Amino acid sequence: MEFLSNLISGLSLGAIYALIALGYTMVYGIAKMLNFAHGDVIMIGAFTVLATVATAGFPWYIGIIASVIVCTVLGVTIEKIAYKPLRKANPLSVLITAIGVSYFLQSVALLIFGSGKQSFPTVIKANPIKLGSLIIQGNSVVTLIITTIIMVVLTLFINKTRLGKAMRAVSEDKDAAELMGISVNRTISLTFAIGSALAAVAGIFYGSTYGFVDPYAGAMPGIKAFVAAVFGGIGSIPGAMLGGILLGIIENLSKAYISTDLADAIVFGVLIVVLIVKPTGLLGKKIREKV
Amino acid sequence: MMLEANHLNVYYGNIHALKDVSFSVGEGEIVALIGANGAGKSTTLKTISGMLRSQTGSISFLGEDISKTESFRMVNKGLAHVPEGRRIFQQMPVMENLEMGAYTSKGDITEGIKEVFRHFPRLEERKKQIAGTLSGGEQQMLAIGRAMMSKPKLLMLDEPSMGLAPILVEEIFEIIRLFHEAGTTILLVEQNAGKALAIANRAYVLESGRIALTGTGAELMQSEAIKKAYLGG
Repeated sequence: MEFLSNLISGLSLGAIYALIALGYTMVYGIAKMLNFAHGDVIMIGAFTVLATVATAGFPWYIGIIASVIVCTVLGVTIEKIAYKPLRKANPLSVLITAIGVSYFLQSVALLIFGSGKQSFPTVIKANPIKLGSLIIQGNSVVTLIITTIIMVVLTLFINKTRLGKAMRAVSEDKDAAELMGISVNRTISLTFAIGSALAAVAGIFYGSTYGFVDPYAGAMPGIKAFVAAVFGGIGSIPGAMLGGILLGIIENLSKAYISTDLADAIVFGVLIVVLIVKPTGLLGKKIREKV
Repeated sequence: MMLEANHLNVYYGNIHALKDVSFSVGEGEIVALIGANGAGKSTTLKTISGMLRSQTGSISFLGEDISKTESFRMVNKGLAHVPEGRRIFQQMPVMENLEMGAYTSKGDITEGIKEVFRHFPRLEERKKQIAGTLSGGEQQMLAIGRAMMSKPKLLMLDEPSMGLAPILVEEIFEIIRLFHEAGTTILLVEQNAGKALAIANRAYVLESGRIALTGTGAELMQSEAIKKAYLGG
């Protein structure tokens, strides 16, 4: 029973990583860049909830809506201001810019909210579920249900809709996509919008799980979600989902049965092993080309 | 004239790829651009469709200046470009490739898909197959079919015969002729000068980024210089 309970909280943590990893992997797939400021968007999202619900006293759902809007606008703006001018630049310049944006967002949060940990308001009100001796946190259940819905909707969007297909076309061949009448710039904006909206949701779950937020709160989940995306095969959407969930489970079970201190080392160790055995990640695509 | 390009000068860094190139395509014509590798044929097409920019001159299509138009807006204006190397979406099924070809069209696209399948029955047999697994000839058919999905007024084809077996080359040229008869104007880039001149109303010969010769297809086929340089004596 204890194992099952650890497994479920691992699953819920993994679902959060998966939401963040989706942002990394979609942006990588479309814009071919690693957006290392993605983790900090989560932190801004969490602070938005804190400011609207705890400080301004709005109801919880207003906090969630505000957070999604702020993150979406933020993500699109970051892309327009910081990354778009570098579309044809050396990938290293883009990477360094992304790290710069990450520190910029942390500094802004530091100026507005101060450096201390602030307790995250309760936005998810769900009672624990008891099944015999098994107790599942209400938080975990809500996280799992919402994340599952988001993943199903996102998968349908990417595979079935006209815009989703256009996104795949851009990710495969930008020039050919433009010749079809697809605007690459608009598609990249859309990708940043979706990724950042998912980050807002992840920020709410992360804040609710750990109960606090500070200006550096996005850094660690950001890095882990990046690992999850690489683990699953960067650029692959099912890969990000699988990678995130596996990472959460491995981390939680390591904490429960091996060592709390070593949990992160084990997580990164597993990544190294996977990349040695399968360099493209679990579901990474092999590049297939016919000339 | 449907398409008029005047005094195009295009550079790749320090390399002067197109040198004062001017040409035109009239409505209902098949115009061929022939020339050796690196003569600037593909560069010309890319400049027309906005993938590259000319430093000077103008490009007008149906009376509108398109020299500053972003390339994704060209399809809507009636200009389709089948690029060099086909550039189909390798990881998508045949059907989705065709859907992408009609990305900008608002109405029902089933009629367009039927039309493509009528010309290329082999694509219908393989409509669920991932495009990257098609043979070279089938990929070329898909690339042309995908471009036809937007019902273009002007279809620009970049080396449609490249890497294909002679029998497939015949087939592709037959399709080009059919589309032309159905009312599509065609700008054709080819290394296979014999084939291109045989089908073209007019042709331009590009040599190291310059237009060296121009004339009707028949005239150029008779020209001694062309025979020597491109038709194997």
